Parts: sequence; structure tokens; C-alpha cells
Amino acid sequence: MTGRRVVITGVEVLAPGGMGTKAFWELLADGRTATRGITLFDPTPFRSRVAAEIDFVPEEHGLSPQEARRMDRAAQFAVVAARGAVADSGIDIEEFNLCRVGVTIGSAVGATMGLDEEYRVVSDGGRLHLVDHAYAVPHLYNHLVPSSFAAEVALTVGAQGPTGVVSTGCTSGIDSVGYAAELIREGSADVMVAGSSDAPISPITMACFDAIKATTPRHDDPQSASRPFDGTRNGFVLGEGAAVFVLEEHDRAVRRGAHIYAEIAGYATRSNAYHMTGLRPDGLEMAEAIRVALHEARMNVDEIDYINAHGSGTKQNDRHETAAFKHSLGDHAYRTPVSSIKSMVGHSLGAIGSIEIAASILAMKHDVVPPTANLRTPDPECDLDYVPLHARDQATDAVLTVGSGFGGFQSAMVLARPDRRIA
Amino acid sequence: MSAAVVVTGLGVVAPNGLGTRAYWAATRAGRSGIGRITRFDPDQYPARLAGEVSGFVAEAHLPSRLLPQTDRMTQLALVAADWALEDAGIRPQDLPAFDMGVITASFSGGFEFGQGELANLWGKGSEYVSAYQSFAWFYAVNSGQISIRNGMKGPSGVVVADQAGGLDAVAQARRQIRKGTAMIVSGAIDATICPWGWVALHTSGRLSTREEPSLAYRPFDEGACGHVPGEGGTLLILESARAAADRGARVYGEIAGHGATFDPRPDSGREPALRAAIELALADAGVDASEVDVVFADAAGEPHLDRVEAQALVAVFGPFGVPVTAPKTMTGRLYSGAAPLDLAAAFLAMEEGLIPPTINVDPVADYELDLVVAAPRPAELRTALVVARGHGGFNSAMVVRSDPNAATRPAVNQ
Amino acid sequence: MAEQLTLTDLMQILREVAGADEGVDLNADVLDTSFQDLGYDSLALLEAGSRIEREYAVRLDDSTMTDATTPRALLDVINASLTPA
Repeated sequence: MTGRRVVITGVEVLAPGGMGTKAFWELLADGRTATRGITLFDPTPFRSRVAAEIDFVPEEHGLSPQEARRMDRAAQFAVVAARGAVADSGIDIEEFNLCRVGVTIGSAVGATMGLDEEYRVVSDGGRLHLVDHAYAVPHLYNHLVPSSFAAEVALTVGAQGPTGVVSTGCTSGIDSVGYAAELIREGSADVMVAGSSDAPISPITMACFDAIKATTPRHDDPQSASRPFDGTRNGFVLGEGAAVFVLEEHDRAVRRGAHIYAEIAGYATRSNAYHMTGLRPDGLEMAEAIRVALHEARMNVDEIDYINAHGSGTKQNDRHETAAFKHSLGDHAYRTPVSSIKSMVGHSLGAIGSIEIAASILAMKHDVVPPTANLRTPDPECDLDYVPLHARDQATDAVLTVGSGFGGFQSAMVLARPDRRIA
Repeated sequence: MSAAVVVTGLGVVAPNGLGTRAYWAATRAGRSGIGRITRFDPDQYPARLAGEVSGFVAEAHLPSRLLPQTDRMTQLALVAADWALEDAGIRPQDLPAFDMGVITASFSGGFEFGQGELANLWGKGSEYVSAYQSFAWFYAVNSGQISIRNGMKGPSGVVVADQAGGLDAVAQARRQIRKGTAMIVSGAIDATICPWGWVALHTSGRLSTREEPSLAYRPFDEGACGHVPGEGGTLLILESARAAADRGARVYGEIAGHGATFDPRPDSGREPALRAAIELALADAGVDASEVDVVFADAAGEPHLDRVEAQALVAVFGPFGVPVTAPKTMTGRLYSGAAPLDLAAAFLAMEEGLIPPTINVDPVADYELDLVVAAPRPAELRTALVVARGHGGFNSAMVVRSDPNAATRPAVNQ
Repeated sequence: MAEQLTLTDLMQILREVAGADEGVDLNADVLDTSFQDLGYDSLALLEAGSRIEREYAVRLDDSTMTDATTPRALLDVINASLTPA
């Protein structure tokens, strides 16, 4: 089974600023931002009151009233994105051995929104320690265990192969797709519907990020609140969304005449073994993940045309990551455009890694590198080319995308045009 | 054929025994850890029995700096990881950091910690929410904390597949070892026994409301009426067979094969996919059904699910074709921790040559299962199958065998 | 007038919200020992800061708890904001 290559043949993105892959790409290419004052709940008591929200009406996206009721918002995103990705790929799942069609969905915080809401009810506004089961909704169990997201996707697309949720904090979105690619490569699956989803804009999430001062308190100017690599940045902006892909074994995708967006050429994840929320300034573990991903892709560092950064907009991250690129790519780091789309769509925790994979493959499709919005006052310690403000036309055949998450996870994925020269 | 991956260490925390030795002593003797809930007053709830881990004092094992920032399940997991490493004779500080990884399964995260912080948020105000909430309740916390405590920088991960995820995590660990990592801590530990978790579990509709511990969780019995939740699980040390041999490690056995599937819609008229998962695991291991000496069943305790499992086992092994057991009748269902605990039980059973019993069960005759009930059964055991299923349609199956050198035949191609 | 925060108060709060490193004697004179040497990371300090804000009814800047490297430096900043202008 060695030598099996994995390609992306379908994609759907639900991101703030416009639904669907097309609207998502237009936002990025225009360098527009989708961050704003929070509307999903009253943010008045909170330190940070800015987020990147999706204007999402489940019924407008084909969800039945029953589906909308039993699924947390993040599960709804996942299902809508999965249906879109399958449609985009033109694949007929029924033509496959269904036990070789699987699903992986990444999510950092699962049904946090649903849990927050239902806890208020069963605890009578936080008063009862012995919460009251008589007020529990029947689908509370599905909020308890986020694998329900993957189950909903498997049911909706008809998959009967390996199915699960990957939950590695803010690298979930890369790790979910990387895990799916490994299953195809080793021969355990032929098709994987893989991606990630999170809808964390709820009081409990805002409160815990307030407590560690990780999110920006910039309320006066929400549209430019997310400022990765900028000297005036002061925390990330929480986002929400989903991106789901159809992954197929390369030869079979070619035989069926599928449109191939990109090959998942290499992937690796490593841990910093340092701190649940902190990063070592040297970025060595992320650098190791990048090195291994490039090795798996059998590519040299100078073949990377664009780096899609984690770029969360915390000082700690931006410097950590800059160091990691220099360690892993050497001089090529200075010659390679690096950008963070979190400047535009916020940080949707477990979802963003997949959304960034989508941005990466769309950059290849359009030969355009998306910008880092709001980057007007460069941090002198971040001295790479971060593509400030405006997208850039550039031939793009291979992209490195990275993520960094609570728990110490550092992940890297190399995406490339499948018809590039194989070493 | 890929290199063999073996288990060299076990860290067990179970309701009927804290530590591998205590767990096995209780399990081989059919001693249950199920009783009335003590962690909160369960009077007002329809279900009042649980398999609680008793006698665990976190302060005795962990530095006080870790205690305020960890949920009970993480405290149990950190200690189980310590025990597993010690059992394997591994000192993490002696190994290259990138050669060690942590891949666990999760279920509900640190749910008790989460209840406390939700109570702070809604009962007192957002400024009362702990800084530790940002990670103490999320699903990745056990992998993260274990990697930090032990300096493990290799491939790490977290999978969630309800109660099947424990096997999927071990399979993912095996995958990473085959790709070159020397050692991975894998498995799962769960603990959801708090009022908020209890109410959420209750909505599954699958909790037994019987009051008598001996009648509450009886899979494959006429009186099957749901299950009793438990807490705990097992962390295992996985290594390549070569690495284990090079350092002269004691080997429990090999992770020989894995298969995972998802059920079709119940209204589809299609066969449930459990049988396919078992067949995939056997094929992956290169093992014929006739070579399997014992099955550790999922044992849902719901009549329709018990029937599905019995039918799958009969389809693969024939009527009464293989001894089947469910030691989880002594612990309750540990959610993602259940299958890793069954892996431990399988290795210990193979080591002693003794199948632990399924307690409190008189099997329905037409399931045609050779269920090992009442007393343990001596047997020569070289190959075991562990089955795990999760709510919603998850199926996972894993083949383990006692002697990794038996892995000489080529894998059956799918 | 708001009461001042003492070293004993601060150490007690840290012990309660973040535990105590086994190798460190928090009862010794640690006024000028770095928080790092005392075994406290930024999360422990943020957790302590949140407790201090609630119990002393004071509002601290985002960076107060993480910029100060020793108990003395931290107490100086906090007590300055506790002293009525």
C-alpha cells in the first residue's frame, strides 16, 4: 500500500464574512475583515467583546428543523460544509466500498455553545449543584461527546468507514485532515470526508480567554482588532466556522476525472512538552514538525512558495512562529511570503486549521497569496515578509500551513500541485 | 508487512482495582466495583449506581502545582501514565524527546471541572471563571498534560469516537510507531461522574435505573436494562517490537490488527457495520477467525445492541465458536477508557491463561454465545479480540496476541 | 481606604489558586525571589490576579501580573493602585 498519494477533490468553507468557498476567497483576496462586536450574546460584562461571527440560518442551508434542533451550531456547520464538499467533488459515495469511506472532523471545544446554554437551564442559572435532569434536552448527550459531529457527518454523507473527531486544540483542523490522509495512504480508506468545525463564541469561552488575557480587548475598532505580526497587536479575535474536504486516493481520483485541488504531500505534528498555553520562543518543535512534513513530501525547503501562518495575533505566537520558520526553512524563510488569514476571519480554534488549508489550496488555484490584514506597524522582532494589507499575485505550486495549539501541539502540512515534479 | 508494535507497560485505574495488580486480582475473581454513587448525592436521579475509582488520592501522587489546574480524569491519567512508564521500565528523561509521543482518546473532557466553572460563570460572574478553564475541560488536556509532565515531544494526538475511541487512539499510536517514533503512551482515562455529567449521560437513555448492583448491568441477559457508568481506564506503553527487544523489555503482547467502521442509518435496511470492523481487524492482523482464543465484548447491555453484537460474533466465529467475556460487568462502562481497559484485561488474561468472567449474567440462549459466566475459565490464550462500540454508530475492533513472533504470515490483503 | 496586600497575603493566594512547588519554601523571605524560581508561571499569576481583583476590588492592567517578575515588584504595583489618589 506504500506509494498511495492523497489528493483533495472537494472543498466547502463556512467562514465569517460570507458563506461558501467563493465568498470566503473573495474576502481574503480583497483583504477585507469580518471581525465585529459580538452579537451572539450580550458581551457587556466581558473584557473582550469582539469576534468574527457567521450570520448563519440553519434552514437556509438545507438543515431540517429536527437537525437544527438536535445539533450544536458547530455540528450544523460541519454537516453543511460536508454536504458542500461532497457536492463540489462530484463524487458518488455509493460507488465505493462504504466501509472504506470515512469521516474525521476536528474540533477544539466541541459543543461548547450548546453545553453553555443547557447548563444554564438545568442548573437554574447556576444555582443548582445537583442539576435537574427533568430540564435536560434529549440531545444533551450529543453535546457531551463531540464525536456526535463526526457521526452526523457520516450519516449525512453515507460513510461507513473509520469515523471520529480529532481534538487537539487549535491544531485540530490540520490534524483531522492529516489523520484522514494517513488512513488513505496506509490503505485503510479510499475516501475521507475530513475537515473541522468550531462555534466557540459563547460566554464560557469568552470568560476563560478573558481570564488568561489571550483575546484582544480592542472594542473601539473591531474591524481591525485582529493584528497578527503587528507591533500594536494585543490578543486574538475569536472566530467560528468550518471547512470540510473530500480526500481521495490519487489514482482513483484521476480515473474518475475528478478536479484535483492539491495533494496532501506531507504532514506532521509534534508537541512542545512545555506548557499548556505557553510557547517557547525558539519554536523548535514547530520547526521539527515542518521539517518532518517536508521530508514526507520529499520536497526541499525552497520549493515552498507560500507559508500560511498560524498568526493568531498574540505577541508570544507571532515571535514563536517566526523563529520556527527561520529554523526550518533557513534563508528561504526570508524569501517566502507568510500571511495570517486570522487577521480577516478571526481564530476559530479547532476549525481554523482546516479553513487555512482551504485558503492554501485556493491560493494555489488562483496563484494569489492572501494578505495579512491590519498589518500597518510591523513588530520589529517579526522580520519576514507577511504580505501586509493586500493580496499578491504570485505563482503558487506548494504551500506550507502550520498551527499551534493549547496543550503544546505544533502541526505542519505541505500542500502541493499534484502534477509537480516528484523527487 | 509493517513492523510489529508491542505493549510493554500498563497503567490501570479501574473501579474494581487501582493499579494493574489490584485490577487483575479483582477481575480474575469476579469482584465488582459497582455501587451507589458517593461523589454526589444521587437520590434525585433515576440512575444511582456507578463504578467509581475509590482510594485515589491525587495529592499522594502529583505535585500540588498540578492539582488546581486539572480535572479528576486528568489526575487519574497522569498517574496512570506514570505507572505505565514505570511498568515498562522507561525513564522518559533518558530517551530523545521527539521519540516519545502521547495519543489518547477523549470522551467528555474534564466535565467536572467544567461544571465548576460554568457554576462560577452563571452563579457569580464571568470574572470568577478560572484561567485553567481554557484547557482543563477540553478534550486534548490529557495528551497535553502527559506530554508536558514527561517531556514527550513526538507525535501526539487525541481522538474522540464515543466509546470506540479508545481503540482508535491505540491504532493511531501504532501508526506513528510504524512511521518511526520509538514509543507512544496511548489509551484513555475518563471520569464524568459529577451531577452535570450524570444528567448529560442520562439523556442517552441507556443508563440502568436498577438499584441492585448485581441486577443493573447485565449484557446478553434476558434482563438487560442498560448500563452502569464507570470511571477510569488504561494507559499503555507502545513500542516497536525491535525497540522493545533492543532494551530487553518485558512484552505483554502485540497490537496486531485494527478495524473501524460506522453503522449505516438504522432505517437503511443495511447490515450494521460491526461485523465489518471485526473482519477488518482480523485481516489487518493476518489472523483467521479460528485462531482467536477469546473475545472481549462491547456488551452494551441494551437488548437490541446485544443482539447486533451477538449476530456479528456468530457471523464471524460461528455459533458458540469462541469464548466471549465482558469484565466490564465488574466496572461499568468507562466510555473512552473502557476499551483500553479491555486491552489490559486481554494481555493479563493471555499472560495467566485465564479468561476473566462476565458477572451477573445468564446469557440469552439464542444469542448462541459461549459467554464465560460466573467463574473464570483457564485456557491457553494466544490471540484475543477486543470490541468497542460508541453511541451513534461507532464500531472499532482490535486484535492482540501474546507472542509478537507469531506475526510471520503476510497480512491478508483487503 | 482599601487595605494593602502583604507578601503573606500574596503567597497565601498563590498557594490556594495554584498550589506550591514542592522544592520551594514559601514561608521564607521570598520578596525578591523570582516567580519563576518560586515555581509560578504566567497562568498561576493570572489566576492570582483575578482573585486579587475580586477580593480587593481593584482593577489591574492586563500586563500587571505578567510584567512583574518578583513578589516585591508585583506588590508595589498592586498596592499603588490600592492607595487612594
